[in-house]
Amino acid sequence: MKIAVCIKQVPDASTVRFDKEKGTLVREGVESVINPFDYNAIEAGLSLRDQFGGEVSVVTMGPPQASEAVKEAISLGVDGGVVVSDRAFAGADTLATTYTLAKAIEKLGQFDLVICGKQAIDGDTAQVGPGLAVRLNIPCVTCVDELEAIDDGKRLRLKRMCEQGYDMVEVELPALVTVLASLNTPRVPSLKGKMRARKTEVPIMNAEDIGADVSRVGLAGSPTQVASTTIPTFDARREMLEGEPEQQVDALVDRLKEAGIL
Amino acid sequence: MLRVEIEKCIGCGECESACTFGAIVVEDGKAVVDADTCTMCGTCVDACPEDALELDRESGAGPGIDLDEWRGVWVTAEYRFGSTAPVTFELLGKGRQLADDLGVALTAVLMGSGVSEHASELIHRGADRVLLVDHPELENFRDEIFARILARLAREEKPEVILAGATAMGRSYIPQVATMLETGLTADCTELAVRMEDRALLQTRPAFGGNLLATIVCPAHRPQMSTVRPHVLKALEADTSRQGEIVRVPLSDDDLKARVKVLESVMEESDGPGLADAEIVIAAGRGMESEKNMEMVHELASLLDAGVGASRAVTDAEWLPHRAQIGQTGVTISPKLYLGCGISGAIQHVVGIQGSDMIVAINKDPDAPIFDLATYGIVGDVKEILPLLIKRIRQERGA
Ligand SMILES: Cc1cc2nc3c(=O)[nH]c(=O)nc-3n(C[C@H](O)[C@H](O)[C@H](O)COP(=O)(O)OP(=O)(O)OC[C@H]3O[C@@H](n4cnc5c(N)ncnc54)[C@H](O)[C@@H]3O)c2cc1C
Ligand SMILES: Nc1ncnc2c1ncn2[C@@H]1O[C@H](COP(=O)(O)O)[C@@H](O)[C@H]1O
Repeated sequence: MKIAVCIKQVPDASTVRFDKEKGTLVREGVESVINPFDYNAIEAGLSLRDQFGGEVSVVTMGPPQASEAVKEAISLGVDGGVVVSDRAFAGADTLATTYTLAKAIEKLGQFDLVICGKQAIDGDTAQVGPGLAVRLNIPCVTCVDELEAIDDGKRLRLKRMCEQGYDMVEVELPALVTVLASLNTPRVPSLKGKMRARKTEVPIMNAEDIGADVSRVGLAGSPTQVASTTIPTFDARREMLEGEPEQQVDALVDRLKEAGIL
Repeated sequence: MLRVEIEKCIGCGECESACTFGAIVVEDGKAVVDADTCTMCGTCVDACPEDALELDRESGAGPGIDLDEWRGVWVTAEYRFGSTAPVTFELLGKGRQLADDLGVALTAVLMGSGVSEHASELIHRGADRVLLVDHPELENFRDEIFARILARLAREEKPEVILAGATAMGRSYIPQVATMLETGLTADCTELAVRMEDRALLQTRPAFGGNLLATIVCPAHRPQMSTVRPHVLKALEADTSRQGEIVRVPLSDDDLKARVKVLESVMEESDGPGLADAEIVIAAGRGMESEKNMEMVHELASLLDAGVGASRAVTDAEWLPHRAQIGQTGVTISPKLYLGCGISGAIQHVVGIQGSDMIVAINKDPDAPIFDLATYGIVGDVKEILPLLIKRIRQERGA
């Protein structure tokens, strides 16, 4: 089975700080990590390869440093990967991102399966997987919680979660799936993998390499724009209830009664 | 790209303090932009007293479509497991307002099998018109079919706005529709409005873990598409006297081709009203200290007929099941009252509670970030406060 896994490098949420006085995100010293859901995507790819043979490649669009993410994936056992990187890709929204990723994947060859994480925790859009499926003209199953290859790896049987319950579905390959954290437990890097990662020179593909029309990538290819950003002003509503515990509780009960909650 | 006109820049630093991303700094008396962190939001351009900053958003031109051909507001109805999802009515409430502002009709698109009897309710909740796609092949949700039909209808009728719920279903097939239509889509909006001068839909969503609200526009492409978080917008009361038009949409075999087969669709038992629908939510954090202390939370919740939620620290510790987790990777709630007990207020938690009418926090650390957004804060030990609160509420109830 030939599998492509899309991974994204995101700022480590636990290390991003917010400077309230200045109202800015403090990114100094913030580490970049692989998007948590993408570890599950990698694991899904690796376990299918363990079962059916073939190979797993990772694809990431981002700055050149995203090669670190590819190396980490290699240390986990994937066979190889590329960074799709070009100044022209900056400012891409999900429409431009799916165009770029689709061009890169088509360049890399024919895949039986493309796996994405459910969503990237920096933007939380969950739009790249489904959009990419349309670009590649393959069916898409999102929010996958169980995955089993049937018919000698020609089809997948999947459990797709929704708010009220779940669906059991079958899909022909080639297909694209987006996976939940509950699908599997990602393996840890092996020593051999780490050594291989260290030796790997991760190839970088730019707009020309993937044959992308530059008017469709990055900011130029993005229909959506940020018109403005605001810092939510929470402080306006703040009131601390002072005093001894009894007084604090009395004050709270009074407020709740005023609001008609009690 | 954001450009600094060096001759005009006086190095005053207004841009640096305006930038929420730390992407512009004054070095040697001139502003310097870090292109990798700059999101091109334009806040600095407005802040610059010298007009020394310029943002060229090359996407302004777009595909050269005639924006005036696109008129009308659409809401996609979500129908699953025998009922219309509440988010549909919330979307219709907001859609009504947007359509009135724009002076156009509000259309609901209802797809499913045996759904015809539910069409009139969409009119009672604000729609002028329903596009009804009722076909046995739509019994189960399949992305390909739903996406293809909606994209075809949108190409034929050219609405300027399409709204959908940010549910598992909406978040799955709506991005496919947007890609088919080569237009923009903003995920998980919490607020929508219209800018009348150019009929732009202003789509507001939390960004960067909720520390920022970003307002997104889609100036040169149509339709303008958004998914909207459930439980954020207010639905209109049903008005059974409202009149509207129901249009049946015929399907062809081409519309119904699919490579995905649904074997079964299972609705899981849920115990009582879900957390997402509760009017009062008592949320427990690591500060509850032990599983034993959780009894206080349950007792208070049953007194107030409240739902019990948690931070991830608590669900990770298995004091509560995973579905009780509130936040970025859990549920979003918008109750009348959220009471956080021993919760620090990490950004990933807080994005899930911002729609609450009243936020009360109990935490022994006066600097806990949750106090920044609490309507009322109590600095104290939950082991002391909660028993007192339970006692006082008992008294109230007894009186
Ligand atoms: C990608 C990602 C996604 C995440 N998604 C979510 C999510 O969806 N939801 C979520 O909740 N978290 C999420 N998290 C985790 C989040 O970052 C926090 O770690 C978590 O919310 C912290 O939970 P807490 O507030 O209960 O614990 P802590 O941060 O440990 O806070 C405990 C608080 O209790 C107070 N306290 C201690 N003892 C007492 C006492 N006796 N009385 C009163 N107060 C006391 C302390 O002062 C402290 O403020 C996510 C993290 C990541 C990286
Ligand atoms: N820049 C990117 N490069 C590679 N994969 C990506 C990129 N952005 C998103 N993805 C994939 O799409 C998934 C969903 O991301 P998003 O739509 O941004 O929430 C991620 O889990 C990744 O698998």
